[in-house]
Order: sequence, then C-alpha cells, then structure tokens
Amino acid sequence: MVKHLPFLIFFIFHVRLKMVGWVKRRGNGYMAKATKGVKPSAPEVLLKTPTGIKGLDDITGGGLPKGRPTLICGGTGCGKTLLSMEFLVRGAMQFGEPGVFLSFEEKAEELAKNFASLGFDLDALQAGGKLSMDYVHIEKSEIEESGEYDLEGLFIRLGHAIDVIGAKRVVLDTIEALFSGLESEGILRAEIRRLFRFLKEKGVTAIVTGEQGDKTLTRYGLEEYVADCVIFLNHSVSNQVATRRMRIIKYRGSNHGTNEYPFLIDDNGFSVMPISSIGLDHPAATDRISSGVERLDAMLGGKGYFRGSSILVSGTAGTGKSSLAAHFVDAACRRGERCLYFAFEESQNQIVRNMRSIGIDLEQWVKKGLLRFQNSRPTLYGLEMHLVTMHKAIDEFKPAAVVVDPISNLVTSAGESEVKSMLSRLIDYLKMKQITALCNDLTMTGSSIERTDVGISSLMDTWLLLQTIQETGERNRGLYILKSRGMEHSNQVREFILSEKGIQLRDAYIGPGGVLTGSARVAQEARDGEQALDKSLESERKRREIERNQAVIKAQIAALAAQLEAEKDDLETLRAEVAQRDEVASRGNLALAMSRKAEKLPAGQQRGGKPQRGGRK
Amino acid sequence: MTANAKKAPAKAKKPETQPERWMLRLYVAGQTPKSIAAFANLKRICEEHLEGRYQIEVIDLMVNPALAKDDQILALPTLVRKLPSPMKRIIGDLSNTEKVLVGLDVRPIS
Repeated sequence: MVKHLPFLIFFIFHVRLKMVGWVKRRGNGYMAKATKGVKPSAPEVLLKTPTGIKGLDDITGGGLPKGRPTLICGGTGCGKTLLSMEFLVRGAMQFGEPGVFLSFEEKAEELAKNFASLGFDLDALQAGGKLSMDYVHIEKSEIEESGEYDLEGLFIRLGHAIDVIGAKRVVLDTIEALFSGLESEGILRAEIRRLFRFLKEKGVTAIVTGEQGDKTLTRYGLEEYVADCVIFLNHSVSNQVATRRMRIIKYRGSNHGTNEYPFLIDDNGFSVMPISSIGLDHPAATDRISSGVERLDAMLGGKGYFRGSSILVSGTAGTGKSSLAAHFVDAACRRGERCLYFAFEESQNQIVRNMRSIGIDLEQWVKKGLLRFQNSRPTLYGLEMHLVTMHKAIDEFKPAAVVVDPISNLVTSAGESEVKSMLSRLIDYLKMKQITALCNDLTMTGSSIERTDVGISSLMDTWLLLQTIQETGERNRGLYILKSRGMEHSNQVREFILSEKGIQLRDAYIGPGGVLTGSARVAQEARDGEQALDKSLESERKRREIERNQAVIKAQIAALAAQLEAEKDDLETLRAEVAQRDEVASRGNLALAMSRKAEKLPAGQQRGGKPQRGGRK
Repeated sequence: MTANAKKAPAKAKKPETQPERWMLRLYVAGQTPKSIAAFANLKRICEEHLEGRYQIEVIDLMVNPALAKDDQILALPTLVRKLPSPMKRIIGDLSNTEKVLVGLDVRPIS
C-alpha cells in the first residue's frame, strides 16, 4: 500500500502543473478574410471554408461554415464518409489545411485501402503531417459502466490530434456509434453538446456524419446539436435507374441553393452539378462558322451558323441527320477546333465507318485529338447522371463544338418534362461557354414533323428540318430551314443527296405542279431541255427565213436599179438618134433642094461642100 | 507469461484461489472530482479484495494525451485491468462496487 503514495503525489503534482487551459484556447489565429463586397463598417459576414469539391462550393456559396460543425446525413451507402474524407483530403492538398479524421466505424488501414481507388493516398498524407486518422473502438460487451463518467478521453484524443498537426478541419464519422456502445444516454447527449462547443472553441470546421433515421434526419437526433449546416444525401431508384442527390436542408447565416442537386461519385471523387446557378445572361457572339456544306451556308444568310448558338436538326428516320452532324464536325476539326460527339445510339466505330461511305474521314480527327466520342446508352444511368457526365467531359476536353446525337433517345429513360429541363440546362451551359451545339432529334413518322418530341425547339436558335418528299413511287431527301434566329435565311426546300462526296444540295425544281424532286425532276428537266431546244431551233429557222427574204428583196432592188439604168441609157440613145435623124433629114432636104435646083441656098448654107465664089456675103 | 502459467494451475484448483498479480491502470484527466473519487474507490476495493496482490498505475492523459489513442481510451475515468489477461475495462468513477467487482472479475472474499 505504501508504494502507491509516490504515485499519488506524483499524480497530484502533475495535475496541478498541467491543468491549464487545455480546452479554452481559441484556435483561430488566422485573420478573417472578408468576403467580397464587405465594407469595414458592415457587420461580420459568415466565413466559409471551401471544400474543393466540384460544384459543392457553388451550391453553398463558398463552402461550409468556417469554424462550425456541419451535419451530413443520409442512408447507407450514400457517400457521407466519402464526402467528409474528400473534404479533408482536398483541404490538405489544395488549401494547405491539415485535417483530423476520427472514425468510429472503420479502422485507419481499411479507410486507406478504400480510398486508394479514388486516388487519395491517405498514408502519404499522414506521413506528411497533413492528415491524422484515429479509430475509436467501441464495443459494448467490452465496456462495463460503474458510476459517473464523461467522455473527456475522446476530447483529449481529438484535441491532441488537432494540436499535433495544427488541423483546421475535423471529421467525426459517425458519432452515433457512441449511442450503440455506451448505455447512459443522458451523459452521452450532454457530452455531445460539449463536444460541439469544444470544436467551435478550437475553431475547426467540422463535419459530423449521421445515419438517416425513420422520421428524423438522423437516428439519434444529432441535428439538434449541429444546427449550423445540414446537408442531406439521397440515393434513390426510379425506373430502375439510381440517382444520387444532395440537398442543403439548412445553412444558418447564408444564402444557399435549396434544390436537390444530383451528384455522382466516380474515379475522382465527388462531383456535384450546380444546376440552378445557370442564368440567362450568356454572351452572344457575332462570328459565324460553317456548317460543313457550302450551299447550306449559303442558305443561312451566306455565312453559316452563329458561333455559340444551338442548332436542332430534326427529321424522320434515315433522312441524314447524322451525316449533317458529321459534316459539321468535319468542318470544325478542319478549322482546328475541338469537337465532342455525344452518341446515344451508335458506337464510335460504326459512326466512323458510316461517315466514310459519304466521304468524311472522322478517324483522322480522332487521331489528332480534335474529335472525341462519348458513347453511352441513355438507359445506362439517370438523366442527371448523363448531365453530370457531359459536364465533366466538356470541362475536361474544352471543345468548341458539341454534337448530341440523338436527344430523342433520352426520353425513353425519363419523362418528357425532365428531358426538356435537362436539355435546357445543358444548352444554357453550352451557351455560357460559347460552345456551338448541334442536336439531332428523331421525329416519329406520322406525327407532325414540325414538332419535336420534347418540345425544345424554343431553346434552339436554328432549326433544320430534313424531310422526305414522296411522289411517284420514290422518296427523296429535302432540307428546309424552319427558323434561324438573327439571320436571313432561305425559305426554299432544297433537295439533297448523300453521295460519296458528302451531302450535296441541289435546287429543288419547282414546276407548275409544285416541288419536284428525284427522277420526276430529272424527267421534267429533260422535258424542259427539249422544249428549250425546240425553241432555239425554231428561232434559228425563222432567222434564216427572214434573212432569205431580205436577200430576195435586195436582189429585187438591184434588178430594178439595173432597169432604171437601162432606161436611162435608152433615153440617151433615143435623144442621140433623134438629133442625128434631124440632121440627116435636114441635109437630105437640102440635097434634094439642090438637086431640084429649087433655089439658092438658103443664106448661110453652103451646097454640098463646094466653096462659093462671089456669093452674096 | 508467468501470469498465464499461474492462471492455468489456478483454474485447475478450486475457484476460490486468486492469481497472484493484478495490474490495474486508471486513466484520468487531471484532478477532477470524478478522478479523485475513482482513485479513492479503487484503492478501497483493492485493499478489500486484492490485498497485497495488486498494483495501480495512474495515467494522466492531460500529461500524456498520446496514450489515449494507443490504449483506445474514450471515457474518463477508465479503469483497465491489464493483468491478469484478458484485458477488462470499466468506465466511471467506480462508485458501484458490485459492478467493479464483476467487471474486474474479482471474487469477493466472503
């Protein structure tokens, strides 16, 4: 018995010396970083700890409340431990804030193994002093309770762990295990209350996880202690498709998104989709990009689509929507822009092979890294998951153009209104990023072709309608621009064919009987050709005839002129003759007179040549 | 371990015989009414039932907080029976003697 005395003295001595403010010290030596827009005289704004988890910081408006506990509750397998661990890991790696993980259910080695698959190297973090993991073992059968006790042991462990590495983040997963291990609930509840005060005084941002109760948020009502922020995780199945959703039930002192946000857990951890943060204030570009088909660009005001706009290509089966999309992709890749192709119906190889038959080689762009395919069946997971996956792919690849082929498939996995909501979110997101989107929509034969299955035409800036024009036993393809916001566009229905050189647009022939396409047009064209030929021959003939007439008339004129000349000559000759005759006649008269010795020569006249002498002069 | 060796023959004998050595550890957090009461109670019980065969070690976790993790201490005060094995644990200020005796597996000397 005597040997216990030194122990006792030692014990009391040490207690006296060491029992100084274990708990009372304020741990927050860091200066409060004021949030933006706070004037010095304004009241203190609640500070937030960024989680580093994609999307969660957006929903919570900056992160979890700093220095306060947050409750994360949900059913089994919802992802509570994952969320809390990711909070710590990202805090350590991205924000340089060490963290303590106090686990009541899993041992440290098990946790390290579990999280290795997500790329979280917990052992390395522990070695580097960034993370401290502690496992609290509670086994009811091992514990005997005798008299009054408190949970100071837990506090000491926690406090020690926090102080050793200077932790700013703490996770308690899940303190409800205490309820199953210890009998006295009264003491337990009092201690839990004390624990949260302790955490607040330490100035650490804490996450507490709790299992969902029947009618309450947590089985043992932890929400009454952790009142600052409560996040609820949900994993529900509808239509055989499971979707994970999270909801911020409460966030004291801050604005927060109140809707249910889907999230997904994949190789990189948590990914939340902050849907409502997308508004309608995206920029509108003015430059134009080609659609890949020259004549189509000409129809679209001469230049093509607006960059960053949304284009809908709808048509019944086999009208060539995917081919048009392939042209678009080809043109984009040629310009050196990246393209992301979401295919919900065909595999990548199939699409590449099919497009090769119309002369488009998509393989080369895939090899160059400008084109990426993402193929998945729409029923593979829920719509929200699709949206999140698409977001991730877009964020990662950073394309300039996106093709969704087809969107009508998504309706099979969910209701119409849900698909519309999901698509509007997707389009909003793409517009904000100034990514041009081309969506293919399959309309059912029989229903009106100017109506899309999901009623999303109002979201689209340009709507191309591909229709089959049927007549005289054959169907031909026609393209028509139903609407194109912001530009002048053709109102013609153009026929197009899919040839080895791709899509070729031809002018649809509008004859007296209406639009003609295909062989009917060809026949009509032939007929037209004949008619034209006839006309030209006819006019040729007439021309020759007239010329002939002209020649004839000219000849006539020449003849008449000649006649005139002849007449003139005759007249001359006549005159000369008359004169000559007169002269001869007068001579003759004279000779006669002489011969008849009639009379003297008339004065002045001389007789036949003999010179007169002595005549009267 | 000698304790085990002692225990085996002890079991073969009649149940009244107690093993030789008892090692008890009391974990406390500073000088609080509970820790003082626990120590007092412990001493009393040990004097009564384990005279001369026990050894009490008091560990103050305020001094040595790392030990709390190693020995998986949750509640305070905690009494751990290190020897004889198996290890047994009792939490509380040990005011309920019956429970302490049952918990430590001490046969009361009638």
